Amino acid sequence: MKKIAIGGYAVAVIALMIWGFYQAIYVAPDDAMQGVIFRIIYYHVPSFSAAFTFFAVSFLGSIGFLSFRRSHPEWAQMADAWAVAGAEVGVVFCTVGLVTGPIWARRAWGIWWTWDARLTTTLVLWLIYVSYLLLRRFAAGPQVQTLAAVLGIFGALDTPIVYMSNRWWRTQHPAPVFGGADGSGMDKSMIGPFLWNMLAWFAWGVLILALRYVVERRRQKNAEYEAIDALEGNA
Amino acid sequence: MMSTVWTHLMKDLRIEWRSKEAINSMLFFALLVVVLFSLAFDPRGSFAREIAGGVLSVATLFASASALNQAWAREIRHQVLDAQRMAPASGAALFLAKALANFLFVEIVQLLLAPVFLVMYNLRIEGDAWKLLLVLPLGTWALVANGTFFAALSIRSRNREMLLPLILFPIFIPALLAMVLSITAILTGESDPGLWIKLLFGYDVIFTTVCLLLFDVVLHAE
Repeated sequence: MKKIAIGGYAVAVIALMIWGFYQAIYVAPDDAMQGVIFRIIYYHVPSFSAAFTFFAVSFLGSIGFLSFRRSHPEWAQMADAWAVAGAEVGVVFCTVGLVTGPIWARRAWGIWWTWDARLTTTLVLWLIYVSYLLLRRFAAGPQVQTLAAVLGIFGALDTPIVYMSNRWWRTQHPAPVFGGADGSGMDKSMIGPFLWNMLAWFAWGVLILALRYVVERRRQKNAEYEAIDALEGNA
Repeated sequence: MMSTVWTHLMKDLRIEWRSKEAINSMLFFALLVVVLFSLAFDPRGSFAREIAGGVLSVATLFASASALNQAWAREIRHQVLDAQRMAPASGAALFLAKALANFLFVEIVQLLLAPVFLVMYNLRIEGDAWKLLLVLPLGTWALVANGTFFAALSIRSRNREMLLPLILFPIFIPALLAMVLSITAILTGESDPGLWIKLLFGYDVIFTTVCLLLFDVVLHAE
């Protein structure tokens, strides 16, 4: 039953993504100012929204692990699995955003990259989570979960400071498209495709996140069995 | 708590006074970085003033990263760290003393390096020079507090020396930016460094608090 549900969800996600692609490439009109290159927004914005959501999942997982590790070891393990899954999938989505951004910038600004507030913040965030994954790789033994959780909290705390410092420094990224000042917002014909793509990419991200979570839980259980085996001398 | 901090601090200072390992190696390392940057970028005139803040900050960063690893490695020998974990004293006191000791070492290095630096880059300070006495300690504390914390964290991993810069540098980026921009503002005298000094101060307060709160978790991680 569980497998059917997951399979059904995966099929629905793929269908959604095909539909989103159709909407983005064939249905949405060209942008009045930017022409065809603006269509990258259908990939760029959802990737980053998903990445930031998954980093938040990782942050909550880190806090959960530290708070439950003494009282509810089982919950702590689950929280840790969410922390790993969130960080890994978040880094992947963040990479997609960091790659699509320069492609758009080359056409729109004439340059690939600039040290602007949001670009720098995102890059630093990406660096922080890559270092988080490196720590998980390098540190050995059961302490790795605790150490990683601590670093996860540091990284999340750093993000607003990085953002503020860079905002004071310089800003070139386009002002927020949604909920911004006068003149922001999208034409109605573009909102439909945008929301479809948002939904599709989020659904896809959640699928990957959930699979990664399950894999991590299995790895934890295996490690547990191995430890018990070793204790009983069956190994 | 204060007496524990004092005991740890005095012990670290005494060890350093006898060996002078950390200060000597940091001083020479920082000097090398300054010389390498000068050769790589050929700083003259106003250009020297613009990059001086960055060079000084990055030199401090590299030099202290190399020394911070040693700070805890010393405690690993003879299982001193295990003894400290079993001691009924709070981990925060241990952390605070270690960070203070490292802070003093890095400050001494900066004080010795500063005249050399001013001469080699032909610097004339156009802004309020006294503000440097605010910026340098604040920036150094941001570096050393986080560095001491992450050094204790990375000492538990397989390749200790590698890991510290990898996790310290990304977290330190906003403080580095604030430090560089405020030093540049003071040297050139073209803008007001007030905002950046406030940011550094805020960064210090936030991360010192988190380090103190979470140090026990790292110390007893198992």
